Amino acid sequence: MRKLKGLAFAIAEAIDQEMAHNERLVVLGEDVTYWGAVFGFTMGLFPKYGRERVVDTPITEQTFMGMAVGAASVGLHPVVSLMFVDFCGAGFDQMFNHMAKNYYMSGGQLPMPVTVITAIGGGYGDAAQHSQVLYGLFAHLPGFKIVVPATAYDAKGLTMRALADPNPVIIFGHKLLTGLPFLPFEGEEEEVPEERYTVEFGRAAVRRQGQDLTIVAAGLMVPRSLKAAERLAQEGISAEVIDLRTLVPLDEATLVASARKTGRVLIVDEDYMSYGLSGEVAFRIQAGALRSLKAPIQRLAVPDVPIPFSEPLESAVIPSVQRIYEAARSLVGAQALA
Amino acid sequence: MIKPEPSPQDLQYLVAQAGLDADQLRRAYRQLCLIRSFENLIANRYYIGKTPEFNMAAGPIRGEMHLAVGQEAVAVGVCSLLGDGDAVVSTHRPHHHALAKGVEPKKLAAEIFGKASGLCHGKGGHMHLFDTSRHFACSGIVGASFPQAAGAAFAFRKLGQRNVAVAFAGEGAANHGTFAETLNVAGLFQLPLVVVIEDNLYADSTPKWAALSTVHHFQRAQSFNIPSYVVDGMDFIDVYRVAKLVIERARNGMGPALIEAVCYRYRGHFEGDAEEYRTREEVERWQALDPIPRLRERLKTLGWADEAILNRLQDEAQQEAEAAIQFAESSPLPEPQEALMGVFQ
Repeated sequence: MRKLKGLAFAIAEAIDQEMAHNERLVVLGEDVTYWGAVFGFTMGLFPKYGRERVVDTPITEQTFMGMAVGAASVGLHPVVSLMFVDFCGAGFDQMFNHMAKNYYMSGGQLPMPVTVITAIGGGYGDAAQHSQVLYGLFAHLPGFKIVVPATAYDAKGLTMRALADPNPVIIFGHKLLTGLPFLPFEGEEEEVPEERYTVEFGRAAVRRQGQDLTIVAAGLMVPRSLKAAERLAQEGISAEVIDLRTLVPLDEATLVASARKTGRVLIVDEDYMSYGLSGEVAFRIQAGALRSLKAPIQRLAVPDVPIPFSEPLESAVIPSVQRIYEAARSLVGAQALA
Repeated sequence: MIKPEPSPQDLQYLVAQAGLDADQLRRAYRQLCLIRSFENLIANRYYIGKTPEFNMAAGPIRGEMHLAVGQEAVAVGVCSLLGDGDAVVSTHRPHHHALAKGVEPKKLAAEIFGKASGLCHGKGGHMHLFDTSRHFACSGIVGASFPQAAGAAFAFRKLGQRNVAVAFAGEGAANHGTFAETLNVAGLFQLPLVVVIEDNLYADSTPKWAALSTVHHFQRAQSFNIPSYVVDGMDFIDVYRVAKLVIERARNGMGPALIEAVCYRYRGHFEGDAEEYRTREEVERWQALDPIPRLRERLKTLGWADEAILNRLQDEAQQEAEAAIQFAESSPLPEPQEALMGVFQ
C-alpha cells in the first residue's frame, strides 16, 4: 500500500476526492491557493479546481466564517481554513453564536454542513499567538464536532467523514504532525489507502495495550505518549495508550473500559490545563470507573500560562515525552486508594 | 514610483517645505541603514541551523520570521516625528517600526533570540515585542493594531496629554473589520490617531488584486470623514512631509488621519517563503526604488553629504546592528521556571 508522511497530504487528498464528486464543496480561507492554507491542508486543490472552488479570502475571519454560515444555509458545503487556531478570535462570533447554533435555534430548519480545518500546536518557537491548541474552547460549545487526528490514516478517514456530515465539524491538525518539510515531524510514515474510506466519529483508538495504567491523549500527545510508553515498558511498566481521535463525540466506553482494566489514568493534553479536556475526560472516567480506580486520576497539560517564545520556556510548558514518562511512573508508584 | 523624481532645485524646495535640514536627513539615512543592517543580520542568523534543510524549529532563532527589508522609509518617515510618549502599535512585521520608534536595538535583538536580556525576557519573541519606555507594542494577529492604537489615542486625550498614537498595518489588514470599525470610532471621537497602511501589494501569498475590491485605502478612510493621503512609501521625504502634517494636526486636537504608503517587501512574507505568487522581475523592478540609495543620492544632490560621510553613516549603522546581534548572541537564555511566572501582576 502507498505510504504517507503526515496529516497534511491525507487531509488534502480527502478534500480532493470529495470535491471531485460533490459540486457543493467549496474551499474558503486565507492563502488556500498557492500555499495550501500554509500547513498543506488544501495543497493541490487550486491547480485542479481553480479559483472558482478554491477561494483565497481577504484576511477577514469574521466575514468568511459568516459567509460559510450563509452559504451552508442555502446549499453549499464550505470547507473553511482557519490558518492557525489562534486566529479564531477574529472570527469567533460567527462560529460560536451562529455556525454552532443556527441549526438548533432554527428548530432544525437551517442546515450547517461546514468543515473547518485549522492548524494547532507549538514546539517550534512560534510563541503565544501562534502555538495554541484551543480545541477545548470549541468542544465546550454545543454544536461543534471536534476532530483531532494523530495519524495520516485517521486524518484522511475522519476528514472524509466530516465532509459527509451535515453538521459543523472542526478538524484540528497538529503542525508537528503535518509532515511538511519546514517543520519538525513527530509522527510516522504509514500506509494510507488511496481509495476513499471513512473513520467513524466517537471511536477512540487503543494505540497500545497495557495493564498498569491508561494514558489518554489526542493529537501530538499521542505519539509522545507512545514514546513514553516504550520507555516505561523497558522498566516493566505496561501502559495502555488511548488516542481520543474525536473529542465531540467522546468515546466514553473505551475510556471507562480501559480505566476499569488498569485502575490508573493519566490524561495528557497540549491545551491549557484548567476547564478543559483533561478535566472533562477525568470526570467521565470517574463517573464510569470510580470503584476500579487505584489512584486519583492524574493529568499533564499546559499549566495555565500562555505559550512563551524562548525555547527553554516553551519546553517547560508543553508536555514532553520525558514529563509524560515521569508522570506515568509516579502514578504507577502511587499508593492505592484505601 | 508614484511621483516623478524632483530636479535638484525642486528637491531643495521639497525638503524645505517638509522642514527637513541636513542633520535630520543624515540621521534619517543612518536610521534606514540601521534597519536594513539589522534585518539582514537577523536573516543571516535565522538561517543558522536551517540550511540546507529548512526547519523552522532549528537554529538560534526559532519560529516564523517576517522581515521588513524595503519598507524602512515608512517606519522612519513616520516615527522620526514621534516622541517617546507617543504610542506605536505595530504588526507581525515589527522590527523596522520598533527601531524607528527608538527601541534599544540590543534588547530588541535579544528578544528575537529569546534571551533573558530581551525586551520581554524571552516570553514574547519576534512578533510580540513590547517596550513601554518607548510606548511600542505589536501583535502577531492581523488587524489587531488599529483598535489598540485608537485606545491609546483615546486615553491620551482623556488624560490631557498632547500625544498621538500610530497604528501600522499592511494592506491585508485593511480588509479586516477592525480597520473600518476603528476608522469610524476615530472619526466619530476625533481621536489623535494616525493610521498608516503599509501597502506592499501582498497579504502573505495573496496578491492585492485577489483580496481588495479597490486598489486604494484612502477612499475608505475618507468615507469616515478622515483626511487621507497616498505617499510613496519607498521615499523617506515623501512619507515624512505628509506624516509631519497629520501628526501635528492630531497633536493639536485636529483629529485622525490615514496615510497610505505604497511600498514593497524585498524578502518573502516570512523567511522560507518560496514566493510562487510573484515574479523575480517584479522584485527587481522595485529594487530600482530602494529607499536607501534614493535618499543617499538626494543627500549628495543637496550637497548635504558626500561619499565619505555617507559611508561613515552606513558603517556606524552596521556596527550598531552588529553590536545588537552580538549582545543577543552572548546573552543567557531564561531559566525554565520563568515560564510559570508572570500571568498576573
